[in-house]
Amino acid sequence: MTCTDFLAQLTDYFDGQVEPELLAEVQTHICECHHCEVVLDTTRQTIAIYREHEIYEFPTELRERLHTAIMAKCRTVSR
Amino acid sequence: MPAIQSPVAEEVHPDVALVARAKQGDTAAFEQLVRQYERQIFRVAQHITQNREDAEDIAQDAFLKAYEKLDQFQGNSKFSTWLVRIAVNESLMRLRKRKTSKTVSMDQDVETEDGSIPRDFAEWRPNPEQLYGQNELGDILRKTIQGLPPGFRTVFTLRDVENLSTEETAEALGLSVPAVKSRLLRARLQLRERLSRYFKQKGEPLPNGGPTP
Repeated sequence: MTCTDFLAQLTDYFDGQVEPELLAEVQTHICECHHCEVVLDTTRQTIAIYREHEIYEFPTELRERLHTAIMAKCRTVSR
Repeated sequence: MPAIQSPVAEEVHPDVALVARAKQGDTAAFEQLVRQYERQIFRVAQHITQNREDAEDIAQDAFLKAYEKLDQFQGNSKFSTWLVRIAVNESLMRLRKRKTSKTVSMDQDVETEDGSIPRDFAEWRPNPEQLYGQNELGDILRKTIQGLPPGFRTVFTLRDVENLSTEETAEALGLSVPAVKSRLLRARLQLRERLSRYFKQKGEPLPNGGPTP
């Protein structure tokens, strides 16, 4: 398996969806290729860090203002 | 004695009842849906537009549109996915308005491989949380995702920030599953490469030999 082949499997690998017959090859490649091991680890960290950090604040004051504005608009619509 | 098979009750999402009541004109039911999803919709819009005022407007317009078109929601997908789809469309429209000379669509940027081929193979040590304080880390994460092309940013936001499944992301964006996977890979790799500038282990000599083609 080349590094390009490995990258093509990366998304499925994260989702646990690599075809069984390919999985062993992917795992062997990770063990043998330090570059791809790093790419795998740092890509995993990239996903985790964006998932764990709320990068845009949503303070209560904003939430209340937004909520009031949304409901005011919706109440103008007759259902 | 044969085992008695109890019928598998299909789990009905709690939103289904709220949507049904809202369709009958129950504003309180719709308000509950708004409470449940306003933060997510605002966040999606802010991620795509990178602008807080735009995100506020988009969140208002998206919920208004959803309320107006509630009868068109057939329940084939989750209500939240349908709502996200409206918000994504509103957000992309806003970006198009902002850049009058340049079209912004989900198809943009797919032709280029720029930044999607890994070049930086340094490990991230110590880990980013040990390396930076919360505020500094937040700045880095915002700056980095801002630099991503809008089409990739959108896929990454839905799949990795909002944790939608690949299928839900495809549905929300009107893309095929393979198209989502391909964009997601490039988005993740581009972000990784850009973040590596900040997070990589300093002073590490490059290991011998490059990656295989």
